[in-house]
Amino acid sequence: MKKILSKPESLKDAVLSYCSGCGHGIIHRLAAECIDELVVREKTIAVAPVGCAVFAYDYFNFDVTEAPHGRPPAVATGIKRTNPDKFVFTYQGDGDIAAIGMAETIHAANRGENITILFVNNANYGMTGGQMAPTTLIGQVTETTPFGRNPEREGYPIKLCELLSTLEGTTYLERVAIYNPQNIIKAKKAIKKAFQCQIDGKGFSLVEVISNCPVDWGMTPLDSIKWVEETFIKSFPLRTVKDKINSDI
Amino acid sequence: MTKKLVKGNIALCEGAITAGLKSYFGYPITPQNEIPSYFSRKMVELGRVFIQAESEIAAASMVLGAAATGTRAMTSSSSPGISLKQETISYMAGMQVPALIVNVQRGGPGLGNISSSQSDYFQAVKGGGHGDYKIIVIAPNSAQEMYETAYDAFDLAEKYRTPVMILADGIIGQMMEPIEFNRPEKKEFKEKEWILNGCKGREPRSIKSLLMKDGVLEKHNVKLQEKYKLISENEVKYELYMIEDAEIIITAYGISSRIVKSAVKLARKNGIKAGLLRPKTLWPFPSKIISSFAKPNIKFLSVELSYGQMVEDVKLAVNGKSNVEFLGKAGGGLVTEQEIIKKIQSKVYSIFL
Repeated sequence: MKKILSKPESLKDAVLSYCSGCGHGIIHRLAAECIDELVVREKTIAVAPVGCAVFAYDYFNFDVTEAPHGRPPAVATGIKRTNPDKFVFTYQGDGDIAAIGMAETIHAANRGENITILFVNNANYGMTGGQMAPTTLIGQVTETTPFGRNPEREGYPIKLCELLSTLEGTTYLERVAIYNPQNIIKAKKAIKKAFQCQIDGKGFSLVEVISNCPVDWGMTPLDSIKWVEETFIKSFPLRTVKDKINSDI
Repeated sequence: MTKKLVKGNIALCEGAITAGLKSYFGYPITPQNEIPSYFSRKMVELGRVFIQAESEIAAASMVLGAAATGTRAMTSSSSPGISLKQETISYMAGMQVPALIVNVQRGGPGLGNISSSQSDYFQAVKGGGHGDYKIIVIAPNSAQEMYETAYDAFDLAEKYRTPVMILADGIIGQMMEPIEFNRPEKKEFKEKEWILNGCKGREPRSIKSLLMKDGVLEKHNVKLQEKYKLISENEVKYELYMIEDAEIIITAYGISSRIVKSAVKLARKNGIKAGLLRPKTLWPFPSKIISSFAKPNIKFLSVELSYGQMVEDVKLAVNGKSNVEFLGKAGGGLVTEQEIIKKIQSKVYSIFL
């Protein structure tokens, strides 16, 4: 019998701790598949975040280190600069990358560090129970915006890809989503391209993956997917924000 | 071997480079700016890594990343900057990542000033960041020792998988002294079994301090405490000066110990039997040797550029067997030899005079 699908070698045979309907499982798998296909598993050093994906080192089947909250881009900088032959990526959430770690994100990008960031945007702080994130939508109700995010009180959602696109140090920035099979395929393509960008020594790449958080959004998994499609991606349009690999978008 | 006249900060850089420092990550703050400036040229010339980070926090995290791959990495800063690095120092202690952190202390609290001070003792030796941990803290008192301790720090850090701090002060960093570059260059390093360097031919590894399963973090803490006990037993370093017959034992480290040494000479000329006990390691603290000298007819005096920090550890070591006095000032003022003599001659010590 021909085997047509199996667990990627880059994923351990572990039960994921993520909530039912959460997107992290899919994104982990996409990253793992890309690493397998690019044959870099044995030279990968990943950086796990603080937040929902904090247990990434229990799921990925390659070397992973911890980082203080928001500091993965700095930790990755230290790894990559001392080991330019290794494959280094960080896996971060919206609070990690765009709130507490905004300085580290911007400056790693601006230095053009030859690393890749997988940025999972689910518009709230998942692990701590669904508080407002920098990416929380206007009007969105969270634990700390009980009346809905009001720009006069809490400011506006931060669009990280667009923000980073102004920096000359960034090479490839793309926003994708995983709410249906078609977009999952597109997301994988973007992740693989971002990883290839690093392997080819072309500089800083980041893929923002719009994901869902049914438990903290107070929705069923199906409703959360619907909300991503009908509301979330209206504020965070899916697109290649910057691509200096082959062209100058 | 010929001597060269160099600043303490530069001597420290040379010690680290000779020890095989592969990467330096820093952020400017006085009075340690010579360190990043020197490395910015020298490390690049040597084909090694230098990054001026966006903050002290980022610099420390870069060190964490580089050191987690088993390479020799360091950062340096001064007091307010070290406060920012404490987050990562706690992580490195928990993750057991060896690295060198240098604190060339300035006056505080807050922004304070750039004068010499020794007010970060508590922060350095009592943990500094969150959680139950210790780091090895070494206090050089000369440019020569800045060179030598920086050279030795990495071996010590790797031996115990722990961050090591060199706690200098503004004057030790800034003063120029003739020193001998008397250490051989280290080039060959054994690969360690815990490092992250890609899982080729072995099982994947992770380095972490998050241990959620029931009882696992407690076990980890017990293991750390056992390590700290081992360090306390094996790595205490101190200097004794004119102490054999001393009736007054003065404890001091860093620049204060240099002033005390002069004061001891002066006291001896005046017939006062004073001696110096200088902790070279502030943690582990030389409690045993202090305890061995403590008797009812011996007096202790702790001289510091603070308002009384190390004196607490001296008192703990003495454990009531001797009287312990304190003399200190902070915020840029130096303790003088005359003030030390005056303190010795005060009522507390009149029994000897």
